[in-house]
Amino acid sequence: MKIPVEYYLWLSLALFCIGVLGVLFRRNAIIVFMCIELMLNAVNVLLVAFSTYMNDAAGQVFVFFIMAVAAAEVAVGLAILVKMHDNTKTVDIDILNRLKW
Amino acid sequence: MTLYLFYFLSFLAVLSALMVVFSKNPVHSVLYLIITFFCIFGHYLLMNAQFVAFVHIIVYAGAIMVLFLYVLMLLNLNSESEPHKNNTLKFVAVISGCLLMVVLVAALRGTDDMMLQDNGSQVGYVKNLGKVMLTDFLLPFEITSILLLAAMVGAVMIGKKSSNTTTPR
Repeated sequence: MKIPVEYYLWLSLALFCIGVLGVLFRRNAIIVFMCIELMLNAVNVLLVAFSTYMNDAAGQVFVFFIMAVAAAEVAVGLAILVKMHDNTKTVDIDILNRLKW
Repeated sequence: MTLYLFYFLSFLAVLSALMVVFSKNPVHSVLYLIITFFCIFGHYLLMNAQFVAFVHIIVYAGAIMVLFLYVLMLLNLNSESEPHKNNTLKFVAVISGCLLMVVLVAALRGTDDMMLQDNGSQVGYVKNLGKVMLTDFLLPFEITSILLLAAMVGAVMIGKKSSNTTTPR
């Protein structure tokens, strides 16, 4: 039994759109971070699917690098959020727009 | 059999991803996201990408989600303190998300039939992937370690208690 690659295309498309929807829908900054992780994972699934289909390891190496970047991003981002919560007592992204001034 | 497994994992992944967005309690969101990550782990195993699958579990479910859960509990966020957008903004968000979906589906609709080999591909095994990673991609691999070090130093610097009174020059 073989699985067509375009099924993975639709799966990762659905996951990516749910991630975008979450970023637009929620105001809690931590949930927004989690939706960004969801989008990164959708891209990872597609990279692995095409890498397996093409029999080329470069795609899976790229997935490894994306995971490293995601880990670094989450570490720094959550540190910023904790600091922000110390100052403003909220993680509401509509309040965080005072970063502009 | 494999196809049914694929359908089951995809359904569970999409469902729990939706629950991440729509559940009221942030802690429940984190738990649903962990379910999504385990479904993606199953997909990686179906695609014979063992190395990526296990690194995914170690990094995401093991490190990143623990960090999320830790921060949520440190900040003591729950469904009462949860800020909500007003209904107009929510409606606009759903509409624009659906529009993006429509655009992407329309753009990708005409793809040809491409069958994934059942177990012919051995490119995802640790042996093959390690060989590629430490020969062709050696420089990016080493630079990744510098990136992680920089992120670690940055997180510590940001999280440090800043003394507002006197900062020695």
